[in-house]
Amino acid sequence: MKIKKNIATSENGFVFNPATGDSFSGNAMASVILLAMKNGVNTTEIKADILKKYDVSVAQLDRDWEDWVIQLKEANLLELELNHGN
Amino acid sequence: MATKYTGLCIGVTGLNANDNPGPGIAVIRALKEGLGDDIRIIGFAYESLEPGIYMPGLVDKTYQLPYPTAGTGALLERLTYINNQENLTAIIPNFDAELHNFIIIAPSLLKIGIRTFLPSLAQLQVRDKANLFEFGNKNKLRVPPHYKLFSAADLPHATEELGFPLVIKGKFYDAYIAVNMDSALKAFKQLEAAWGYPVIAQKYIKGTEINVAALGSGNGGNLSIVPMRKLYITEKGKAWAGVTIEDNALVELADQFAKATQWRGAYELEIIRDADDQLFIIEINPRFPAWIYLAAAAGQNQPATLIKMSMGENVDPFNSHESGKLFIRHSWDQVVDIAEFQKMSAFGEL
Repeated sequence: MKIKKNIATSENGFVFNPATGDSFSGNAMASVILLAMKNGVNTTEIKADILKKYDVSVAQLDRDWEDWVIQLKEANLLELELNHGN
Repeated sequence: MATKYTGLCIGVTGLNANDNPGPGIAVIRALKEGLGDDIRIIGFAYESLEPGIYMPGLVDKTYQLPYPTAGTGALLERLTYINNQENLTAIIPNFDAELHNFIIIAPSLLKIGIRTFLPSLAQLQVRDKANLFEFGNKNKLRVPPHYKLFSAADLPHATEELGFPLVIKGKFYDAYIAVNMDSALKAFKQLEAAWGYPVIAQKYIKGTEINVAALGSGNGGNLSIVPMRKLYITEKGKAWAGVTIEDNALVELADQFAKATQWRGAYELEIIRDADDQLFIIEINPRFPAWIYLAAAAGQNQPATLIKMSMGENVDPFNSHESGKLFIRHSWDQVVDIAEFQKMSAFGEL
């Protein structure tokens, strides 16, 4: 799962999609995760980092992550991934 | 510091910076930025209350022009008089309704030294609202189906074909979204009275509104393409705020249009992107849009480039612009002395 390359993010959580003109405001957590995703850090590593830094259960984090991904998809911020399955 | 553009004298129409703004003020800002503050700007106005006449630092002198309905003879006569006073280098007309006359008199203007960079009459016709659907079909451009209305009796046929909601559009300007037969009839009556026939009923496409400002070279290509997503839309459907965006699909669409028409001069594509990411052209304006200064601010100064083209300069096409540049229009109460208004009203010059 990758954030589109041209998405502009700022330290205060503002996100701008230059292809559509959409802009979003995220909180500090969103801004940290987006930056990590933009830098190519994979989901497992990001989740591990969150678990290390915050008092949250794996189950709760997984639920929140699912919700996060849905929001990213709705906002059209994710690269389309081609399915090469058989 | 003097440049080769110092002293150019450029005539500009569309000084009506009101809630349905003409492009004149934005064009003048771009010209001064691109060619230098020491060019001379001659404003052309149709009415004494066009705000641009009175805005300081933009227009050096304004002359009233005869309405387009007065014909090409009256326009040429007036422009010849103005040219004798001002020695005009070029004119940029900015209204759809005046373009027909300007295109016809362009060769006569050139004979007295006034340059233009305009499409041909055939090019103007092909993108006319009444011809747009057929043009789209022929050139594989997605255009919403429409129905031409010549009387109120045509409305039931149009609604049967297109369904509700639908967009009722004037021949030159204005559009209303009609949700039922009553509102469709009201819009039809307003638009036929204001702009004549045909009134156009166009299928309503739900989606994001995007405009593309472009400058056609006249040889099938574009010198400049800048797309803008509308962020704040007025009741009249005008962008009151917008942001430049970057999308190859939009650039390809403009290139397809320029290739199909060999368009020469400024134009604007009005586009809806629907939920399936399909791009529908809902209108093509044969001139700069009122937000054209944003294109200059994003790195592609189309008005200045048009003047250079009109003067026969070789201009390289722009190949990039800055996305994320935002414009926010605002209103401002300009205070002027009644004597100025009186001068403009009485003598047609200020």
